[in-house]
Amino acid sequence: MNHQIDRQLVERAALLSRLELSESEIAQFSTQLSAIVEYIEKINTLHTEHVEPLAHCLPVHNVLRADEPRGSLSNAEALANAPDTIDGYFKVPKILDDNSGA
Amino acid sequence: MSLNYNIIVGLEIHVQLATRTKMFCGCELEFGQPPNTRVCPVCLGMPGALPVMNKAAVEAAILTGLALNCTISRFTKWDRKSYYYPDLPKNYQISQYDLPLAENGYIEIPLEDGTSKKIRIRRAHLEEDAGKNTHTLGNFSAVDLNRAGTPLLEIVTEPDLNSPSEVRQLAQELQRIVRYLGVSEADMQKGHMRFEPNVNLHITQDGQVFKTPITEVKNLNSFRALERSIACEVNRQLDEFLATGKTLQIGNKSTYGWDDVNQMTVLQREKEEAHDYRYFPDPDLVPVAVSDEWLSRIASRLGELPLAMQQRFVRDYGLSDYDAQVLTAEKSTAVFFDAAVRCGAQPKRICNLLTQTGLKLANEKQTTVDALGISPGRLAALANMVEAGQISATSATVIFETMTQTDEDPAQIAEQKNLLQKNDAGEIEALIEQVIWENQKAVSDAKSNPKKAKKAMGFLMGQVIQKSKGQANPKIVAELLNRKLMA
Repeated sequence: MNHQIDRQLVERAALLSRLELSESEIAQFSTQLSAIVEYIEKINTLHTEHVEPLAHCLPVHNVLRADEPRGSLSNAEALANAPDTIDGYFKVPKILDDNSGA
Repeated sequence: MSLNYNIIVGLEIHVQLATRTKMFCGCELEFGQPPNTRVCPVCLGMPGALPVMNKAAVEAAILTGLALNCTISRFTKWDRKSYYYPDLPKNYQISQYDLPLAENGYIEIPLEDGTSKKIRIRRAHLEEDAGKNTHTLGNFSAVDLNRAGTPLLEIVTEPDLNSPSEVRQLAQELQRIVRYLGVSEADMQKGHMRFEPNVNLHITQDGQVFKTPITEVKNLNSFRALERSIACEVNRQLDEFLATGKTLQIGNKSTYGWDDVNQMTVLQREKEEAHDYRYFPDPDLVPVAVSDEWLSRIASRLGELPLAMQQRFVRDYGLSDYDAQVLTAEKSTAVFFDAAVRCGAQPKRICNLLTQTGLKLANEKQTTVDALGISPGRLAALANMVEAGQISATSATVIFETMTQTDEDPAQIAEQKNLLQKNDAGEIEALIEQVIWENQKAVSDAKSNPKKAKKAMGFLMGQVIQKSKGQANPKIVAELLNRKLMA
């Protein structure tokens, strides 16, 4: 089975990741991603019917914290990296279509 | 042509858990704070910041799962749901995809006819809330991330609801349950509970069944809006089907928004590109394993659930379904009522005192009936005085109010305020004689004018009570007056 990553798939992945790719990058990623998928397919040939799916690579669970408040950042600190702000808010371009899916 | 239809509704509900801090960081959850002042590197999605799970949120989710009769997963994990939106700082939401904390349960909802119905729960999982986008008039949006990272329990029902009123009943019952459990304030106005119904119709026309396309309704901020939006969708889908014959197909689901001003559902978007959330396990968070011991410790916090309590009040205490519902609306009222009855008072008397006076006083003082300063025992004593005819129902209200200000017994207060009823037959008889002498016309009406007898009798009763300055026991007055007139 050969799952070549074609131009269309790269463009779709770029859209989902909000990345703008040049023509040469599209070509480059098509080749690179195809190689990655090929490698995954090789791993897929292993028999894993009797293996539990791995939820996490560390053999650790239940790392929990008590429900106790800790200090937050100040408004000025919180906004320090923002390209634009207004009245203590992050200012962002208006998004008309609620594409959040939430 | 014969046509009938069934309404099919499933609900997706987001319940905000009432923890002190956020799901993965120690930022405090306080409503109405200045924007972006309850944020930290974790909930702002700063590179390198690591989330740590809030134990109280996990326990609240498990507790709710148990109350909804779900199977609690003994092993769960956290997944990333990726999408881009300005109120989602990490560009992914931490949620639970294939191993939800709870699944396969049911919620029993009271129906308007006094019976109940079980609605299956498909799953309940924990996830974090996004921030808040404020759309301004200008060409930009303002983002507040105080809410980002708030723990939400997403509950998904099976499509077992078959009418607008059932949908509202489920919403209200769920609100009552999470409040009883203390896991959420469940304030609709503050967005603590958000409902998204999925609605369609199964139409039978000339013996053939047609399913209309499913619509999801958003932007419902009250129980009333929820109920009305379903009724609207039913009419709209029926009209659409009759006009176009359109039926359910994969991918023709659409989203409608509720327009509260015009009281109608409005198309928001239709058949869009299927979302690709690219779920995968979050490498920053380790899984949660729920041991028997931990589970039973959480289960011990369950207590009696509201519907069970409501049904018990009807069955054991002989209350009407309506009374039982009023008393169990809030846990504090229900528990207080139950305690007063156990102190040895007649349930209906306690119920009347609480619903007619207690709840009103509590409401005025913006508190709950158990915080009015009256112990269940003192309330029982007051109820027993009414029961024994020592005071009138009207006086009981006055004494109730006084009891909230002093520690004195109701009997002491009744005496001080001269509210004890006269039960002395001799004394009352004398008053009756006087009233009969003064109102010959009414007496003859009561005796021999069937048309006016009832009214005349009531008038005479009133005169006697008035002469006693309201202190004669009406029951005894009626009895003696009747006997006198029959003589």
